Amino acid sequence: MVPDKPRLYRSREQRVIAGVAAGIALHVGVSATAVRLAFVVLFLLNGLGALLLYAAYWALVAMPPGDGPPRRRPWVQVAALAVLGVTLVVLEVGAEVPGISPVAGLLVAVVAAGAGIIWHQADRERRRRWRATVPSAPWLGAVVTEPSRRSFLLRFIGGEVLVAIGLIGMVAVYSPVNRFDLSALLSGVVFALVGLAGVALVAAPLVWRTVEQLRAEQAGRIREQERAELAAMVHDQVLHTLALIMRNAGDVKMVQRLARGQERMLRNWLYKPTGSPTERFAAALEQAAAEVEDTYAITVETVVVGDREVDERVGALVAAAREALVNAARHAKVQTVSLYAEVEPEQVSVFVRDRGAGFDLSAVQERRHGVRGSIIGRMDRHGGRAEIRSVPGDGTEVRLTLPTPEGATAAKSG
Amino acid sequence: MTDEGNDQTTDAEPADGPDVGRRRLRVFLVDDHAMFRAGVRAELGAHLDVVGEASTVAEALTGVAALEPDVVLLDVHMPDGGGRAVLEALRRTHPQVRFLALSVSDAAEDVIGLIRAGARGYVTKTISPDELTAAIRRVADGDAVFSPRLAGFVLDAFAARPDAPVADPELDQLTNREREVLRLLARGYAYKEIARELFISIKTVETHVSNVLRKLQMSNRYELSRWAADRRLV
Repeated sequence: MVPDKPRLYRSREQRVIAGVAAGIALHVGVSATAVRLAFVVLFLLNGLGALLLYAAYWALVAMPPGDGPPRRRPWVQVAALAVLGVTLVVLEVGAEVPGISPVAGLLVAVVAAGAGIIWHQADRERRRRWRATVPSAPWLGAVVTEPSRRSFLLRFIGGEVLVAIGLIGMVAVYSPVNRFDLSALLSGVVFALVGLAGVALVAAPLVWRTVEQLRAEQAGRIREQERAELAAMVHDQVLHTLALIMRNAGDVKMVQRLARGQERMLRNWLYKPTGSPTERFAAALEQAAAEVEDTYAITVETVVVGDREVDERVGALVAAAREALVNAARHAKVQTVSLYAEVEPEQVSVFVRDRGAGFDLSAVQERRHGVRGSIIGRMDRHGGRAEIRSVPGDGTEVRLTLPTPEGATAAKSG
Repeated sequence: MTDEGNDQTTDAEPADGPDVGRRRLRVFLVDDHAMFRAGVRAELGAHLDVVGEASTVAEALTGVAALEPDVVLLDVHMPDGGGRAVLEALRRTHPQVRFLALSVSDAAEDVIGLIRAGARGYVTKTISPDELTAAIRRVADGDAVFSPRLAGFVLDAFAARPDAPVADPELDQLTNREREVLRLLARGYAYKEIARELFISIKTVETHVSNVLRKLQMSNRYELSRWAADRRLV
């Protein structure tokens, strides 16, 4: 044996049907086209023989191990090959000597194809995995562990159907009365079905138990993972924050800021579904509030009802709300600011309210560009509205409303 | 226990009206954190009588039954069943005792079970002493106490969703007025401010909020049962 001759595998990369020809070509060291031509010639000489030979190769020769699923072939090519093949077979069958029934040969090929499909589902690696999962019944492992269970089942069932059709066909052809006996065929099918049902009945509890067991195992793994995640989070964040608090115990503002930031982080971690601030309105608003809390060491009591996606206009609304929060934090001289936002079908509204110093609107608005440009102007530019109510000594409320695209069209048509 | 000559209470009143001519309310604390109980006791002592405290469900059951306080401040999370266990054991035998849930979490999902079990309101532990006193008074009067976040949560839960089946319109939907009141609550308005904003009396605001509380307790809306179920509170 020549040592460096590649082992006989079916070819994954150059396959046309099942990679047999290319595999042989690689093994023998000739061109794949030559081998394919040889097969075609053989087919023309003795169609059935060539078919059986190919099927045998296909069934017995494995794919090389590893590297993922075989290359997908365009279905047009497959269809063309199928048509070609069927035509050839029909021609062959027509020209075949009437000694052995050509139909029988065809049926044998069908059975072989079905068996081959099933057989190749069960390569060695897979079988080992199945056995590892369910030692008592490896075939069960096949059913419950396959990652792509659907395609696996489809192929498996497809293979079985082919085998069944082939066998039934053969029974029909070679039945003792030597004619197509429908009732005998039917009873055969019924017997087969009853047998299958019996097997299913016996196996069902076992299958169920195994599936449950696997699910429980998986849940356990997930729990373990969550616990590890929690431990990491506590270690990285909470302990770190506590250490910082101890070091900054004299600085009240700093301690408050640290505690608030950590609290927010923990809350988010515990209760919130994660939404990206660049995508969801509520998340964006909460992020803006968190930034203001951190920067100015105040508390923003945030309540958001409903949610929607962030687009340019909603982004502008969030920016205006942020500006209002900053104003409240800088000028109201209070510890708490309320932020309320509600998303309705026709509009989005945001309210920023404090019970702080307040100001005289007519006196202040002319010279305070923050209010004019960043809040009122911004809302105007995006088709929204900003309204500011403030009473000196009794706090301020900024009300921002932005009609949604749906709301705007409804208003126009209405 | 702690009332030695605190008759000058009126000059330190919270924003919601003086309690002239009222007897001092008797309050019971249930919380498993001793430090927190001590803090609340110190804060409330000027305005209310803290008649007892408990750190476990069992202690709470015997204590409340023996002392019959006006209001029980109830921690949501405790090791042996939490506030809900206390509520369920006591609400039938002591219907005159009112419960106010107190939680460190402002995730309203956490307290929805307590509200549905019969608590008259819910506040977070970060609440200021004045506000807590006002909340206790309000609960003692038979009214409801909603934090802004709980108000937002209720608005969310009762949002008019076209696909949500409405079994009982009286219980499963909020009126427009109730919605307005809840919105203002969520915006941080006090009852007095809500009354001024909507040109109604404080009493009317309280009635609206109590009605919302009743709906929150009785409605079978899918969102409510789902939230409760998610937290294993049903």
